[in-house]
Amino acid sequence: MKVLLQRIASARSGDKGEGSNVGVMARSPAAYAFLREHLTAERVRVHMAAINHGEVTRFEADNLRVLNFLLADSLGGGGSASIKTDAQGKTHGLALLRMELDVPDDVLAATPAS
Amino acid sequence: MGNKDSVWIANGQGFWGDSILGPIRLVNEGPLDYLTLDYLAEVTLSIMQKLRARDPSKGFATDFVRLIDRIAPTIVEKDIKVIANAGGVNPHACKDALLQVLQKHGLEGVKIAVVEGDDVMHRLDELIDAGETLANMDTGEPLSVVRDKVSSANVYLGAFPIAEALAQGAQIVLTGRGTDPGLVLGPLIHEFGWSESDFDRLASGTVAGHILECGAQCTGGNYTDWRAVDNLAMVGYPIVIAKPDGTFTVTKHDGTGGLVTEDTVRHQLVYEMGDPANYLTPDCIAHFTSVNLSDEGGHKVRVAGVTGEAPTGTYKVSISYHDGWKSTGQLTVSGPDALDKAKLCADIVWKRLAFDGFEYGPDERMEEYVGAGVCHEGIEGGTTDDPPEVVLRMGVKGPDRAKVDRFGSELVPLVTSGPPGVTGFAGGRPKATEIIGFWPALLRKDLVETTVSVFTS
Repeated sequence: MKVLLQRIASARSGDKGEGSNVGVMARSPAAYAFLREHLTAERVRVHMAAINHGEVTRFEADNLRVLNFLLADSLGGGGSASIKTDAQGKTHGLALLRMELDVPDDVLAATPAS
Repeated sequence: MGNKDSVWIANGQGFWGDSILGPIRLVNEGPLDYLTLDYLAEVTLSIMQKLRARDPSKGFATDFVRLIDRIAPTIVEKDIKVIANAGGVNPHACKDALLQVLQKHGLEGVKIAVVEGDDVMHRLDELIDAGETLANMDTGEPLSVVRDKVSSANVYLGAFPIAEALAQGAQIVLTGRGTDPGLVLGPLIHEFGWSESDFDRLASGTVAGHILECGAQCTGGNYTDWRAVDNLAMVGYPIVIAKPDGTFTVTKHDGTGGLVTEDTVRHQLVYEMGDPANYLTPDCIAHFTSVNLSDEGGHKVRVAGVTGEAPTGTYKVSISYHDGWKSTGQLTVSGPDALDKAKLCADIVWKRLAFDGFEYGPDERMEEYVGAGVCHEGIEGGTTDDPPEVVLRMGVKGPDRAKVDRFGSELVPLVTSGPPGVTGFAGGRPKATEIIGFWPALLRKDLVETTVSVFTS
């Protein structure tokens, strides 16, 4: 079934140099297994392309059911140099949670909604 | 040292500008051994250097002095130790102001420790002459490229000088730049006698410090599932109850608002985390991939299993430099046709400026339509083309201050010379403000000497 990423994960983001750090937290072990396979760095790069003009790197922390993404160039110059409203990337996590995903029913059944 | 079986450490100030109510409530609303406070954003030290250049009695976080004025009798009566990086670039001026506050309250015999050595601004030429390039960690360029524009240079010190200050009996420990987790790791080293090679425990204390370092961000603030959070108005700031073996519990005082669950703690663990397998500090490399969280209910999350390894041989140095000027301003444009009219307004401003000889390149100017989808512009579901009103926000930047300033005088004329429904101009004509650039670099640890000195009220 097609759902937004927010249905099976939560997120938090903030600045990291001239880019942003976007942490995605799966809401269940089943959701983590699904996201580990499907929420690739490339998928995130395409979804966030209007915000991020650089590379996307993904790190995994299986113990926390976390996928952590570094967006290399997403702040319009970064920190004090940016004149964008979201110069610190505080809303990038929520932007990522808007992604639509085709999630199997058994994963949804095993993942409580917020 | 080494005789307590648990220690309560809280963070009452997550960043420069956080609410003063956090620390005031922490010392009043439940038990506490240590209160830590972070007052330094990256830009702060640069501003403080300028303040001190104009007035030798300035250059530290005056908010901290105001806080101590409100909590001094309480922290002395309850023997709560306070650790703050409020010293900025002038820790002795901060200490002198604190001594006056303590005297005003009639509190005698209170010890304040000052940790120094982080400020290497006055040593830059000496270090460069000695062969340190202080190359930019992101670009590889040597510092000499921007040397004449540098406005501050501070090493991120670790936790051991803080532990030393506590060992000398300090009630208040004042530092300049240090790692944020170090504010929490310092008292743990002091209380439990952890050694410099006890990397698993140092990593545990680092993780504890990382969870606390942004204040209410681990107790329900900035949380995805915000509807699940009760009473954010009276949110409890975070506390760790730590044990000698390195395990700890994240919680908040009973009766306070907010939420502590495995998920709220996880939210803070990922914040600015980078590579979870290699979280670098001067004291250790912590493995966030080893953190084991268990939700015990009742706003208590237990953290165990943390491992770490030896740190690198370098400190991170945060260097700031003048990087040009910027100016932003905004107007509100009502409907009907709010977005179309706001776009016309932006076009008018750029054309009038160009008519007068001021043209700004694509990287030197921006316009945003707040309300129509700015934060998530271009992201699916992130925009609308028919909002009831929008805030037109425009800005420019560049090396020429006069050119950046000129922009600000073409915004307000739109109220009478643009389309109808333009309002909401407030705060005066936008003026150029300085852009502070950051230059992250590394410096060999043996080139930095830290000192701890103690003063008594």
